[in-house]
Amino acid sequence: MSTLLGYRRMAQGIDPPYDHGAYASTHKRVPKRPLIRITHTLSEITGPRLGAELVGEGDADLTRFAGGEALGERIVVTGRVLDEDGRPVSNTLVEIWQANSAGRYAHDVDQHDAPLDPHFSGVGRVATGADGVYRFATIKPAAYPWKNHYNAWRPQHIHFSLFGPSFATRLITQMYFPGDPLLELDPIYQSVPEPAARERLVCAFDIEATIPERALGYRFDIVLRGRNATPHERDSDGGVR
Amino acid sequence: MSRTVTPSQTIGPFFHRALLHEGWNDLAVRGTAGERVAIEGRVLDGDGAPVSDAMIEVWQANAAGRYDHPEDRQEEDRHKRPLDPNFHGFGRTATGPDGRFRLRTVKPGPVPGGGDASQAPHINVSIFARGLLKRLVTRIYFPGEPLNEADPLLSALPADRRATLVARVADGDAAERFLHFDIVLQGDNETVFLDV
Repeated sequence: MSTLLGYRRMAQGIDPPYDHGAYASTHKRVPKRPLIRITHTLSEITGPRLGAELVGEGDADLTRFAGGEALGERIVVTGRVLDEDGRPVSNTLVEIWQANSAGRYAHDVDQHDAPLDPHFSGVGRVATGADGVYRFATIKPAAYPWKNHYNAWRPQHIHFSLFGPSFATRLITQMYFPGDPLLELDPIYQSVPEPAARERLVCAFDIEATIPERALGYRFDIVLRGRNATPHERDSDGGVR
Repeated sequence: MSRTVTPSQTIGPFFHRALLHEGWNDLAVRGTAGERVAIEGRVLDGDGAPVSDAMIEVWQANAAGRYDHPEDRQEEDRHKRPLDPNFHGFGRTATGPDGRFRLRTVKPGPVPGGGDASQAPHINVSIFARGLLKRLVTRIYFPGEPLNEADPLLSALPADRRATLVARVADGDAAERFLHFDIVLQGDNETVFLDV
């Protein structure tokens, strides 16, 4: 087992730091001690293999719920899940959740004074195909206020949860929409240091994915960590894993 | 040239309906081999206040020390550790208003480490929460386990920090082992978190 290939470390500036003062909820919740870096073992290069078997009929269509049509602008979100080398990540579960077209989550904790939609749950799941492609239909979520600072608003976004092939590739993130003026003001989006990495989180309008007379299409590719080429490849910061 | 990896963003406070499913906090089903363990604990913030909106995920080997994953090939190598058709090793739960989470599983066997080293039985844990822009990773080790002494991770930690990764024995039903494992996000007894 000495020839295990670990996963590449995240390059600097891609993931947000834990400590990001502009996002108030970080203050009491992030560790103050340095993390302990570990060499990848079987524990990290294996992981749950969750895919199509968990996806039920209708799970990829959020535009209908409880016997009726959700209100709002219908959209299709599609893209590929790839690793850093561009290889498709096949049959991996993609779980999504979002606010409705008025900016309200169907969740007890959400007290925003905007209407709930009885025909929108805001919850879906899909699995990628052999080519790494996923696709779901939903309603464009609205922006909503939050208490982080005076007049704080979250940009329109959809939450994504993905597994990939291993414990090391687990990812929870958010997809944003192009041209949203709130992105510049959002401490969560702005927590990603590198502009190129931030842009990874913004989908692109795609006329090819747009369904005539039905829904606008957006493309959102997701890139998960890739594999080391050799067992002792150097980390980007010089450490040997 | 490699592609830029998609950065992490916080799970936020509204994930429950999408991510929590009946039975996902119970990894052991009828027929699962191994010693039953119930693990309960709290997630606490830097003020010692309960974190009521954290999601906890676990990933572990079966009682024989085998991960249910194609890259664990121990059936073919010298370890000959078999898969258990009644155990897959993944679980998910969330904390309640009191910051408490509960899981039921079986104690995993030891698994190979780097080189010839063996790792003591452990459960891999991911913590997601509002305020965490990316997950935290830790491990749950088992109290009274002789293999802990030689575990590569535990033995590299100072004693006080090592203790944060070892569950405590709790009172409970004799038919099942009850363990307690708190996750302290910040402060004096801060849990050891791992950079994986």
